[in-house]
Amino acid sequence: MSGTGSRENIFPTRMALTNTKQRLKGAQTGHSLLAKKRDALTTRFRAILRKVDEAKRKMGRVMQLASFSLAEVTYATGDISYLVREQAKAASFKVKAKQENVSGVVLPAFEVDRVAGSDFNLTGLGRGGQQVLKAKEVYAKAVETLVELASLQTAFMILDEVIRATNRRVNAIEHVVIPRLENTIKYIVSELDEMDREEFFRLKKVQAKKKRDAQAADAVRASQLIAEEITPPTRDVVTENTGRDLLSSKDEDVIF
Amino acid sequence: MASTSFKDRNLLAVIGDEDTVTGLLLAGIGNVDKAKRNFLVVDSKTSVSSIEAAFGEYTERKDIAILLINQHVAEKIRPLVDKYTQAFPALLEIPSKDHPYDPAKDSVLKRVQKLFGD
Repeated sequence: MSGTGSRENIFPTRMALTNTKQRLKGAQTGHSLLAKKRDALTTRFRAILRKVDEAKRKMGRVMQLASFSLAEVTYATGDISYLVREQAKAASFKVKAKQENVSGVVLPAFEVDRVAGSDFNLTGLGRGGQQVLKAKEVYAKAVETLVELASLQTAFMILDEVIRATNRRVNAIEHVVIPRLENTIKYIVSELDEMDREEFFRLKKVQAKKKRDAQAADAVRASQLIAEEITPPTRDVVTENTGRDLLSSKDEDVIF
Repeated sequence: MASTSFKDRNLLAVIGDEDTVTGLLLAGIGNVDKAKRNFLVVDSKTSVSSIEAAFGEYTERKDIAILLINQHVAEKIRPLVDKYTQAFPALLEIPSKDHPYDPAKDSVLKRVQKLFGD
């Protein structure tokens, strides 16, 4: 009945009932929409998950390849790491973020934004220019893979968070909001029924009282009528007679 | 949420051993701006605290989109890496020449595996 579970603190009227019913309907619609959103996101999430797993393994191979080519460079030219480090000025290999929309969630995706041409001035290296160039290309390829992986991973992180939030909301609506509204509706309905019964009882009571009063009045009137039927004519005659007597009869005592 | 202001993030940063950093710099990711560099070379003499400082700096910087870190370096500051859950910059653990890639150690892959598990 109305006492079980939490309910909104609301005055039980018909208007409140209508409002609460509307809110319940809204909550149910919201719940189904959110559930759909969650399903869509989860589908996407699974796909990304698989891709992340794949890409991570691929990255291992690519980086190994890249390390090999750097080893070749070192073999051909000697250690160039210091030189390379000192010559780094402005990045020619950058990423650009663009967004993608998955059921209302903005997922960033990184894109490689590479400035063409070699601004890397490697003129100090007399030998092995070929190797250096090759290593550079291999590493650029590797970084492209890394960037791809990074955007997958970012999407993974964001989706994870969003799915959690959506799940929380779905569960909150399902287990808190909807039962609460249902309880409120039950409470209002029971209160209204109670009021109806009270009203009905009151009406009956009033009717019974009226009936009783009417009966009593009838009885009084009836008894009066009976009494009147027995007594009145004689009394009337008497008074009339006395009146006539008073007016018409001559009295000896009156001198004029 | 974290999806704000990722438009102006366009650099890559790297914390890694000499070979990795050299290779990535060859690819052209290096950016030096008023003595602020986006790469850190870690060798046997580099202290953990300086790695942590660099990690903190690169994750705080607003112009870095992706932070690459060698797995054996990440291993040194693992608690910090495991705690890092922001979307930006994206943290990527990469293998190095001397340390082959071990998916079991990767913070993100650990989460992936956990999600696949249940």
